[in-house]
Amino acid sequence: MGILSQLLSVIPISLEQGFAYALVALGILVSFRILAFPDLTVDGSFALGGAVAARLIIAGYHPLVGIIMAIICGFLAGTATGFLNTKLKINSLLAGILVMTILYSVNLRVMGRANIPLLTVKTIFTPFEEMQISRYIPIIIFFFLVTFASKIILDLFFRTQIGMAMRATGDNEQMIITLGVNTDRITVLGLGISNALIALSGALIAQDQGFSDAGMGIGMIVAGLASIIIGEALIRKKSVGWLTFAAVTGSVVYRLFISIGLRLGLAPTDLKMATGLMVIIALGLPAIRKEKEGKLHLRGV
Amino acid sequence: MIKIKNVEKVFNRNTVNEKRAIDNLSLEITKGEFVTIIGSNGAGKTTLLNLIAGTYIPDKGKIIIDDEDITTLPEYKRAKYLGRIFQDPLMGTAGSMTIEENLAMAELRGKRRGLGWGVKKSKRSFYRELLKSLGLGLEERLSDPVFLLSGGQRQSITLLMATLSMPKLLLLDEHTTSLDPKTAQKVIELTDKIVKENKLTTIMVTHNMQQAISYGNRMIMLHEGKIKFDVSGDEKQKLTVEEVVKKFGTELTDETLLSASVSR
Repeated sequence: MGILSQLLSVIPISLEQGFAYALVALGILVSFRILAFPDLTVDGSFALGGAVAARLIIAGYHPLVGIIMAIICGFLAGTATGFLNTKLKINSLLAGILVMTILYSVNLRVMGRANIPLLTVKTIFTPFEEMQISRYIPIIIFFFLVTFASKIILDLFFRTQIGMAMRATGDNEQMIITLGVNTDRITVLGLGISNALIALSGALIAQDQGFSDAGMGIGMIVAGLASIIIGEALIRKKSVGWLTFAAVTGSVVYRLFISIGLRLGLAPTDLKMATGLMVIIALGLPAIRKEKEGKLHLRGV
Repeated sequence: MIKIKNVEKVFNRNTVNEKRAIDNLSLEITKGEFVTIIGSNGAGKTTLLNLIAGTYIPDKGKIIIDDEDITTLPEYKRAKYLGRIFQDPLMGTAGSMTIEENLAMAELRGKRRGLGWGVKKSKRSFYRELLKSLGLGLEERLSDPVFLLSGGQRQSITLLMATLSMPKLLLLDEHTTSLDPKTAQKVIELTDKIVKENKLTTIMVTHNMQQAISYGNRMIMLHEGKIKFDVSGDEKQKLTVEEVVKKFGTELTDETLLSASVSR
């Protein structure tokens, strides 16, 4: 097989993972970009989604029930971080780390062990596996539809009165307070939405890969940030619809980079290091070029 | 309308840096008054506004608007009474959002927000008319993000936003200080026009004595957290900068204040 066809062969897996993890990128977009809140709950809430869905599925519930419960639990995890920050006045970074750490124990409790295999049970993907075509086609279409539906719902939400108050909270908190908005409540709601999306991603990916694992969330936040940064480098328009589009696109391109890297001999164990370095370079470039622009604007740090 | 009763605010209490910013201050402002507040740096002007707006809660005393005690009401809940404009022209608008989005958010000041559309299409012509009154050509730029605008343009929009929902009390915190002199003049004239047309009860803090004397129908001078001078009506209309400087020159040590007055 020539190099070109080898590279082309990574496209299906990149599309599948790109759209699947795009939900994480969208969630991080809501917390980091829209709310300007550096939420580190992500690594915990992603695994939480997988854990809740897996546990319910092996207990005999319909996969949809597992997915919906995962979304609700993710939402609650996000509101917990928001509560620690807004009511107990714990630093935003620390609040996220605390909930993430607590979730590690919670996830082990939920699953009852460190790993639940899902290969032999009926998941949301079982009907696709039974089709007489390549499994990639229906699964890519499925993840594409879920991700784009989420993107459209987010776009519409950010045009509502509450959604606009949320954007203003991240942009200029003092201003929207003087217009009568309780920004504490908005922050808690936004973190809930963000982590609900991330837990949804965890629930779907656990079923797609055939297992849920207590460690499956590690590095998720950095990967999501990398996706957003890549997306914004490719798509420079800043309106909300373009930001969500950029996050999805960035996620696909990021997974494409990763797949190509692996094909070219990058050790899977070095993946997180490579991703981390990528984010450092992207965030550090403005400082090296002595530019003021381009820095992430974050609240409560 | 608004009653401030024996209010006190001390920063860094019981430390070497203790600062009595507002010292047992009482003040009553009646409906429709346009009060200018002047004083040197550290006189307590901005602290007084922050106490009224709820950024700080007073250590002692009461603040009452229309018979409702708002002394400890959180800042966001006071929005239905107050409109506020800050010194920094970037503070009053959300830069990443469009002009019409900013106006629409201001229209909901102090009201319950739900899942209805933030910007209603039917409002566009109304917003256009409002922006036209600024005479800055912004009526053609409804869907431009605000960060593209200049400081003066942003402060003018903030002024529109503050008055869009007709607050009971308008607080202006040195809102022309960061603008270049020409723009500052435009913004202050616009302020005066809007306040007069709508008979808004207004408190304007300023560094510029000429401004404090020329605008409004009552002037208060603060010094070390207390009211030093309170003048209104005919007496205020006849007041000149020279007179005030002569009377209080020794206390007006602030350079900005003096230069602003001497330059006339």
